[in-house]
Amino acid sequence: MGKYIAKRIAYMIPVILGVTLLVFFIMHLAPGNPAQIILGENATAEQIATLEHEMGLDQPLLVQYVRYLGDLLHGDLGTSYSSGSSVTTEIMARFPYTIKLTLVAAIMSLVLALPLGIIAAVKQNTWVDNVSMIVALIGVSMPIFWLALMLIMLFSVKLGWLPVYGADSWKSIILPAISLGFMNMASISRTTRSSMVETLRQDYIRTAYAKGLSKTTIIMRHAFRNGMLPTITVIGLEIGQMLGGSVLTETVFAWPGVGRLMILAINARDTPLVMGCILLMTVCFSVVNLVVDLLYGVVDPRVRTMYR
Amino acid sequence: MENKQTEYALDIQDLAVEFRTHDRTVYAVNGLNLQIKQGQTLGLVGETGAGKTTTGLAILNLIQTPPGVITRGSIFLQGKDVLKMTTNALQQVRGKTASMIFQDPMTSLNPVLTVEMQIAEVIENHEHLGRKSAIEKAGEMLELVGISKERGKAYPHQFSGGMKQRVVIAMALACDPELLIADEPTTALDVTIQAQVLDLMKKLREKNNTSMLMITHDLGIVAEVCDCVSVVYAGKVVEHGTLEDVFDHTLHPYTKGLFNSLPNMNDRGAKLKPIKGLMPDPSNLPAGCAFADRCDYATARCFQSPPALVHRTPEHCVACHLYNEQNIQEGGVLHDV
Repeated sequence: MGKYIAKRIAYMIPVILGVTLLVFFIMHLAPGNPAQIILGENATAEQIATLEHEMGLDQPLLVQYVRYLGDLLHGDLGTSYSSGSSVTTEIMARFPYTIKLTLVAAIMSLVLALPLGIIAAVKQNTWVDNVSMIVALIGVSMPIFWLALMLIMLFSVKLGWLPVYGADSWKSIILPAISLGFMNMASISRTTRSSMVETLRQDYIRTAYAKGLSKTTIIMRHAFRNGMLPTITVIGLEIGQMLGGSVLTETVFAWPGVGRLMILAINARDTPLVMGCILLMTVCFSVVNLVVDLLYGVVDPRVRTMYR
Repeated sequence: MENKQTEYALDIQDLAVEFRTHDRTVYAVNGLNLQIKQGQTLGLVGETGAGKTTTGLAILNLIQTPPGVITRGSIFLQGKDVLKMTTNALQQVRGKTASMIFQDPMTSLNPVLTVEMQIAEVIENHEHLGRKSAIEKAGEMLELVGISKERGKAYPHQFSGGMKQRVVIAMALACDPELLIADEPTTALDVTIQAQVLDLMKKLREKNNTSMLMITHDLGIVAEVCDCVSVVYAGKVVEHGTLEDVFDHTLHPYTKGLFNSLPNMNDRGAKLKPIKGLMPDPSNLPAGCAFADRCDYATARCFQSPPALVHRTPEHCVACHLYNEQNIQEGGVLHDV
């Protein structure tokens, strides 16, 4: 088990290398010169050249990349071009907000999605099923920024109950969490439903009925654990994605999380900061995936034999 | 229990089951009658699709609706009609009054629960024991079927097919059921294991004086474990009698066909005589005798009206137009063709 985890963590290294390489080069292909952006429109060509030299931007790209990796090995993510402070400080200032939003949104979506998916599966092809799946379909297909804007319009502008943006009070998290959670709820409940429908058809469910167990026991003890596997995958993906920063939601609500930080960094051609954000995203995603795989083993004993 | 006094452990009257899908209705069981006396074993014999498993499931009222619908009939289990029971009463019956061994041990155990837990569950449910004592009794049940109780902590995927079927049997017998429904319990197993499992079932049945419904297509199994035989064809019993009646005084051409399609141990070179043709489409059953199309003895009458039951003895009866009250006693109606 420990060996398995170590192996999985080792697998993250090539992933991180690949991602940094890709982002590094793409950032350099993007139009706009960082030195120019830092110095502003009125800077002379000489000033720009000097700054570029100071920042090492006049070196060949490959040299720049290797230098970046070298710093990364020492745990140094570099210095943000736009703010001048270290990237680690910048990101760590924002990450707690993203974690908070992720947790609230995840809890909200799970509390709704799991019962909804299970009920829809048990009451398959009844109106309960249809209504909950239509709601889920709306959730999956609705653009999240549009939902966010509609929520702002209703609860902030019309009713004035909740703040429009920012992160000043506990009220501020409600709207971003709803828009993020609703979308996740939709995909989680649809997955839960389809895997539960599949599970309820299995022979061992019939065996359980033949034992004289109650329907509730059968659904919770026999069907749910088996039907959980695909759901866990989806939940993991969603949480991994949210932890890396929900760009759209955070932007619409001006939520000071990593997603918004990244957008600002991209606009400023702040390569070290963008790299830092993406690195965080990658690590979050990989770690959550590892947790998901370990959870698989907790739920399904057949998977445990694969931990070698 | 007061209903212990009923003559029959199981009494099925005129059972009919349909499966309705949007484009067709399959008539799986069509007016089936079947009785098992207390402590006896009845073999329900027929080919795939004859309605055997459907009948077995109906006894525990386990037919999934939709698409399955029980359209008529009654099923008296120890004198009580399971088709009229409330959900609660059914939960009392399932696993306690009657329990079922399913055909495929590979899929009938839950992959994420330990084996002992799956056995303990029935005990917990019916004998109102705590988890700990239920697990303990589950261990005893495992020992009874020849698996050491230390293995109870294992999961189904760590067991071989034969061991899984033993677990299923242990589960079915855990609460001393009065009727055991065994749906092709050995079909999924290889031949050497088959014999072991059958032996085990015979022993346990005798020990607890359990009545049993043995659903099978294997006449060898019937000869080995059953007291009586009902031969089903297209959802109806076409011949019923004691083991002796059916094996030595075969009446129905279909039963005869089943015997003819068995290999002859005394003459290994002899050609098998399979029954020609296929079972009629269960969504479009013929008006007359369902077997007429495949029968060497069929007359015009067989295609027009379904045959009624004719008795040779109070027990032995057949549904075939070849027989009437006189010639059924004389015998010799079927000849080799």
